[in-house]
Amino acid sequence: MPSRTRPGVWGWRLAVATGVACFLTLVGLPLVALVVRVPPGELIRRAASEPVLQALRLSLVTSVSATAVVALIGLPVAYLLATQEFPGRRVLETLVEMPMVIPPTVAGVGLLLAFGRAGLAGSALRAVGLSIPFTTLAVVIAEAFVALPFFVTAATAGLREVEPRYREAAATLGATPPYAFRRVLLPLALPSLAAGAVMTWARALGEFGATITFAGNLPGRTQTLPLAVYVALQSDVEAAVALSVILLIFSFTLLLTFRSLTAARALGPRAHRSRP
Amino acid sequence: MRDWFPALLALALGSRPAPRTLTVFAAASLQESFTALGDSLEHARPGLRVTFNFAGSQTLALQIAQGAPADVFASADDRWMTTLKDSGFVAGTPRVFAHNQLVVIVPASNPGKVTGLADLGRGGLKLVLAADQVPAGRYARTVFANLGRTPGFPPDFAARVAANVVSNEENVKAVLTKVRLGEADGGVVYGSDVTPAVAADVRTIGIPPAANVIADYPIAVLTHAPDADDARAFVALVLSSTGQRVLAARGFTTVGH
Repeated sequence: MPSRTRPGVWGWRLAVATGVACFLTLVGLPLVALVVRVPPGELIRRAASEPVLQALRLSLVTSVSATAVVALIGLPVAYLLATQEFPGRRVLETLVEMPMVIPPTVAGVGLLLAFGRAGLAGSALRAVGLSIPFTTLAVVIAEAFVALPFFVTAATAGLREVEPRYREAAATLGATPPYAFRRVLLPLALPSLAAGAVMTWARALGEFGATITFAGNLPGRTQTLPLAVYVALQSDVEAAVALSVILLIFSFTLLLTFRSLTAARALGPRAHRSRP
Repeated sequence: MRDWFPALLALALGSRPAPRTLTVFAAASLQESFTALGDSLEHARPGLRVTFNFAGSQTLALQIAQGAPADVFASADDRWMTTLKDSGFVAGTPRVFAHNQLVVIVPASNPGKVTGLADLGRGGLKLVLAADQVPAGRYARTVFANLGRTPGFPPDFAARVAANVVSNEENVKAVLTKVRLGEADGGVVYGSDVTPAVAADVRTIGIPPAANVIADYPIAVLTHAPDADDARAFVALVLSSTGQRVLAARGFTTVGH
């Protein structure tokens, strides 16, 4: 009955359009407000200044390092969660999500109390000659702590999606678990791992609260771009907005590039197969 | 039919004072004393709730300039009060209600073995200051420059201290926290920050008056104050002998108004 389905369709479309419009207002408008506030010439002048480049470099180095650390320690956790059933699995899963829930400043205090000089692991670290707070390493640790859930959640889902029969087939053919993981599980789950890594990197790049609490704020050593924005905001709003826009353009470009690359990869073979 | 409604309304309004909220934006160093004064104003004015936003003066000034609904602003220096006054956010003339002095603090465990001010220039020490933009941070740097001109200190004392700074904190309480936790070897805070609760965790090293900076704390009612009447009452309380006693008990130097 077209007379009844038509209004339903239009209502549906209206609901979707309203949702999208609200999204664009909520997320898009503040970003646009930042961008239009800064004249392009001013932006280029600021972006080329040494303090900004220094903060940008530090942000890049620490966020990439944090992503590598997260991938390294997150993959075994994701593997365990995706493939094994064991007591305490729910607890471990919840623990993985905790850094998302904790306010970053609280995370920073926790990191100080754990890995600070006077922290729980402080004397053990001192024994090997390490003092972590106020160092670039502390920035990487803070970013890794806060961004870890993004990788582990995506990687667990990705590894779980790999059909168990592939794993079983590999096992039947005599593959050891490490070999099966490397040759079967890992390649099939790679898109999810990559997506998780990108989200982790993005979260690490924007990290502020845990960093300033655990690593402090010193240009060239611990002052990442978000910290530089915050410090600038204390005295010079225009400078802070300009720095924010630089960070915004930088991360938007990189995220868009990653997305386009993964989309091209995902579509590539399918497009090939559908050819007659 | 609805004759009872105005009567009920009058009864409700008359029998109980309407609940009001006074919002005070105050420098982080005022947290303990202003919280106590807020409690006593609530007692004196039934129906009033006093809420505070404690942060660095520069952050508060920015929030007020961006339209935050505040009634009173109490700053840790003249600069941010003047900034707001010049842009028309302050009603009337700001009044200085207290002075504060800087002190050097080190953790009670004293990991850096700091026994005097001159030690702060020793290489390898981890010092934490408030950022340049924060009044306490600017004052601290002035103190070290002053000490550099004082007999017994090397002329490059300020530069040596600057080389030891491992973090520029967003407000003075963050400096206090990092020293209390023993993560920094030393820091510079206000005398009023070393409250009885803190005193056990830190050692205080005084700064000679000739080199020290006396911070002025101005307070004012804001132009767009939603609750100007209670705001004026709060300012009066801070300036009264009661208010001055509370501030003196928390390590502030009071003013003779």
